[in-house]
Amino acid sequence: MRKNYGPIYVGPVAFWLCAFLSVPLLITLSYSFLEKGLYGGVEPHLSLAAYRSLFNTAVLKVLLNTIIIAVLSTAMMVALALPTAYYIARSPVKNLLLMLIIIPFWTNFLIRIYAWIAILGSNGLINSFLMGAGLTDSPVQFLYNRGAIILVIVYTTIPFAIFPLYSTIEKFDFSLIEAAMDLGASKTVALWKIMIPNIRSGITTAVLFTFIPTFGNFAVPKLVGGTSSWMLGNLIERELNITRNWPLASSMSVVLTSVTMLAVLFFMRSQNKKESSR
Amino acid sequence: MRRAGEGFHQQRVDTVKSSQVTVENVSKSFGDFFALQNASLTIANGGFYSLLGPSGCGKTTLLRIIGGFETPSQGDVCFDGVSILSLPPNKRHVNTIFQNYALFPHLTVFENVAFPLRLKKTAAAGIKKAVQENLELVRMETESKKYPRQLSGGQKQRVAIARALINQPRVLLLDEPLSALDAKLRQHMLLELDAIHDKVGITFIYVTHDQAEALSVSDQVCVLNKGEIQQIGSPAEIYESPANEFVARFIGETNYLHGTVAALTDEEHALFESPDYGSFSIYLDKKVQPGSKVALTVRPEKIRIAPQKPDKLPPDVNVLHGTVEDMIYTGFQTKYFIRVSQNKEPLIVFRQHVQYFMDEKPITWKDKVCLWWNSKDSFMVEVSK
Repeated sequence: MRKNYGPIYVGPVAFWLCAFLSVPLLITLSYSFLEKGLYGGVEPHLSLAAYRSLFNTAVLKVLLNTIIIAVLSTAMMVALALPTAYYIARSPVKNLLLMLIIIPFWTNFLIRIYAWIAILGSNGLINSFLMGAGLTDSPVQFLYNRGAIILVIVYTTIPFAIFPLYSTIEKFDFSLIEAAMDLGASKTVALWKIMIPNIRSGITTAVLFTFIPTFGNFAVPKLVGGTSSWMLGNLIERELNITRNWPLASSMSVVLTSVTMLAVLFFMRSQNKKESSR
Repeated sequence: MRRAGEGFHQQRVDTVKSSQVTVENVSKSFGDFFALQNASLTIANGGFYSLLGPSGCGKTTLLRIIGGFETPSQGDVCFDGVSILSLPPNKRHVNTIFQNYALFPHLTVFENVAFPLRLKKTAAAGIKKAVQENLELVRMETESKKYPRQLSGGQKQRVAIARALINQPRVLLLDEPLSALDAKLRQHMLLELDAIHDKVGITFIYVTHDQAEALSVSDQVCVLNKGEIQQIGSPAEIYESPANEFVARFIGETNYLHGTVAALTDEEHALFESPDYGSFSIYLDKKVQPGSKVALTVRPEKIRIAPQKPDKLPPDVNVLHGTVEDMIYTGFQTKYFIRVSQNKEPLIVFRQHVQYFMDEKPITWKDKVCLWWNSKDSFMVEVSK
């Protein structure tokens, strides 16, 4: 008789997801409905105070800023990753080029962010050059604004867009492009009308893989963003570690997770609709 | 009964523009490799022309040069006497049927066929009419809402044809269009292609490695090998009098009898001498010098076989004697391997079973047999050194 090994196979993963995803999420969710303790922690009294204090302009401004940064970065990453992935997929030395994309990943995440500070800072590479060339007298402020955050996020996250796009483009049948050109399309039109619709799954993955980490990012805005360009992650960190208002931090986390999930669901549904309209 | 699509295409034949295609001394090299050397050919306006050869012979390269997907290293390609080499593919009035159909997977059958017209921003009503007519031509009008993945191989092929014809090309290029279909369907689609060619009346250039396909539908066949044209001719010319050993071997099965032309007996006949087959009088299908070494070639179906030499043989036949070494029965015929000479390959002979049970005793293994053929059915090919 055949034994059913199913539970044994999924056991470790089920345990992992329960212990490190579901339970923490439930804890976060329940904390958001409790009263804050005097020195951090929570008091076991139900309260909507945390959610009420979300509705103030400062928090909403940060939420809006987070959405803007996440949407702009995602759009830029996909726009840049598409031609890159196309070039790599068509190149005779694709493995080498893929390695070149991966290699920077071997450097610590924080070090890669600090490298940008060294480039963009007041005494950084660009400012030294500009002042040396006499183009400007005082250093230009490149850091501590939204632009710097987007630049660094794009730099650190773009491989997550390149890889899924690469793998779908690589599988794409380029004789279809030749056929489209044979039927009267220019190369650009052929790529746009024939390749893009057929690599939709790769585009979906690229958007999700870049939007989700960007929306919850807090290290990049903390290091290269100013207080005016804070993202939700920074607020959560402050509430958790400095102000020690754990219910508020939890409610923000709930909002962050919900917005991400809603955005993902919305996006996937619109893509599925296009898919099923085939 | 009036067939669907007939009206449109009869009308179309009057107005349709088709082109004569001339290829002049075209060569194409990729680095050191010559894909095509000095190819010259003329394809008649409205003809069904096949480029036939083994893989790597240059036939696809030539097709891609005509289509505009490759630029020749030298030479010229003209449509109706006007060079088209400087034109991009979409300005040549040429369309291609690709080996893998190349239908767009994200579009319906209708949208696939409409694609060229949508590019040209044709009005919706015009698109609908033209697509409808072209789908009727290939009898796919009922499948217009399906996606390519829901179609069979033959149906995909039809849609590809409808799509390639919607721009009203003057020349249609077909790049091994049937190679992805199974044998029965291939036969059927071949007839269909022939019918479509008759209806639309434009020049078809058909690339294939399958000699049966090329022989059955073409007006003219160009046999290529290693980038060089071996022979151009009608299917019968190619089969019955191959220009050289390559063509003879590539098209159908055949026997070679190596020997020497000992002497010319008259205008049309010569004495053939061979240590393996003896000497006999042969028909001269081309001029040869006495003393030259030749291979006399006889197709297996041209050779008659009998247990004994018949009392009365028609004049002008060549006769050989041998032993049945092996035989393969395939229903409609038997393929015999007859050992004539100990030093050479056995001769292959086909015997059609038009009256299998009327034979007193079927010829079988180890039987001594007599072979003969009309000397006009053999031909000489130069012996490649």
